[in-house]
Amino acid sequence: MLRRLFLWLIFSAYAAMPVGVLAAPPLVADLSSKQIRITTDFTGANLLLFGAMDGAGDVVVVVRGPRAQTVVRRKERIGGIWVNGSERVFNSVPGYYFVAGSRPLDEITDGATLDRLRIGVDRIPLELSSSTDPQDVQSFREGLIDLKQEQGLFSAEPAKISIAENRLFRVDLTFPSNVPTGPYTADIYLFRNGKPVGSSQTTLAVRKAGLEAAVYDFAHRHSAFYGIFAIVIALFAGWLAGAIFRKA
Amino acid sequence: MDLYFPIAEMSLNVLVLLAMGGGVGLLSGMFGVGGGFLMTPLLIFSGVPPAVAVGTEANQVVAASVSGALAHWRRGNVDFKMGLVLLIGGFIGSTAGVWIFTWLRDLGQIDVVISLCYVTFLGIIGSLMLVESARAWMRSRNPGAARRKLHQHTWMHGLPFKMRFRRSKLYISALLPLAVGIFVGILSAIMGVGGGFVMVPAMIYLLGMPTSVVVGTSLFQIIFVTANVTFLQSVNNQTVDILLALILIASSVVGAQIGTVIGGKLRSEQLRGLLGLVVLAVGLRVGWDLVAVPDSLFSLGLGGH
Repeated sequence: MLRRLFLWLIFSAYAAMPVGVLAAPPLVADLSSKQIRITTDFTGANLLLFGAMDGAGDVVVVVRGPRAQTVVRRKERIGGIWVNGSERVFNSVPGYYFVAGSRPLDEITDGATLDRLRIGVDRIPLELSSSTDPQDVQSFREGLIDLKQEQGLFSAEPAKISIAENRLFRVDLTFPSNVPTGPYTADIYLFRNGKPVGSSQTTLAVRKAGLEAAVYDFAHRHSAFYGIFAIVIALFAGWLAGAIFRKA
Repeated sequence: MDLYFPIAEMSLNVLVLLAMGGGVGLLSGMFGVGGGFLMTPLLIFSGVPPAVAVGTEANQVVAASVSGALAHWRRGNVDFKMGLVLLIGGFIGSTAGVWIFTWLRDLGQIDVVISLCYVTFLGIIGSLMLVESARAWMRSRNPGAARRKLHQHTWMHGLPFKMRFRRSKLYISALLPLAVGIFVGILSAIMGVGGGFVMVPAMIYLLGMPTSVVVGTSLFQIIFVTANVTFLQSVNNQTVDILLALILIASSVVGAQIGTVIGGKLRSEQLRGLLGLVVLAVGLRVGWDLVAVPDSLFSLGLGGH
């Protein structure tokens, strides 16, 4: 219901535009929410990305999460048990990467363009930290992507964008419960005959809220007080339990 | 019903957690053990990062040992002087243990070390419990068999810094309880346990303390050692999840009270054999995860060097 309303609003705004204005942006897009709040009952989130374009074409959407330095370790068998062996450190790995297209990506445009715009899970730039050994990087890169896909943080397959009347498009974004917090960007590209003819960017923020945020901030900003607080709570709980059950 | 835990950074089913806490509490009430050595592996099996499982479990053990220690203190079963010496060792050991923990975490080896510690100790303790219960069972069929001498003189009695422990009726070197405290403190920090399962046998067989004061004294010092671990893990690694600890505390306390009642009605040697089996099973499961070919040959960690 809400989604239909959004689409209707967009469509009517678009229809009401004077012709001269229309020529300016070939594509407009927005999100059903600019914020994902991780609260106590958070089990993941779904957002709707929707928009309008000025005529037939293909749409591609890429959503990228906050970047972080990430260590990838390969397990090795030593004396019969599996131990973390050699490691590679990658700079600025996106914590989340979602990709969607109105058709299979290789039908929309050529590899060089996808490379340039860094569209697709296998085209995520994964730079090695200068301190690490560059040998055998490809297998570590694949290991990282596999794990992120398993955790639901990288798209396993490009999602499907649906287009209505060559004008409106929409796609569902899914965020699992282990989604990292921080700023996210969504890039929307319009392609015609394999060439990018327009793009738009929108942002969203994933943040812990309420009790979750309070506990997390407390633990990280005032670690010593947090430790003492945890001990006092445990002491009190232990004493209380003893007192209750002694009387009972 | 799922809840999102802010430090573990994942959502877990609360009913499963309550069942786990209640079940481990039940066992700890029945057998008079802390239960940390079962709870930490269970948390890891359910997907909690091992570092968070260890830090949070230390916090839970504080609560579990307070109610136990208070009960023993009221009955006069705590040797405070002995407890203090053990405690000094425990502080040294657990501080070193958290430092080792942080170092191993940076190396990416903490998970495997935690698992190895569990396999080793669960294996040894489970086997000992089984053997002990089998022996007790044999003895009950064949009374009057040879008994162990209560007091034997060994090299340990030649150590310096002798101290008198009136409550335990002992005159031994302070270095012995100090060493026991240090060793158990290190285990406590790395495994997220109180260490009663090592401390109690060490007090009986190594120090020669009378069994009446062993449990109370051990619980007394465990409060402070696990409190120290909770504090240091919070400061160094931010791996103590208060929400998770609270749910586990609440459920295990109830389980422990029920367990105490059940424990009083069952025959102890069979009970001990049963616990031995549970402990061995958990140890085997941890061991299996170490030797089985992992689903993915890679693992991820945040941050570099």
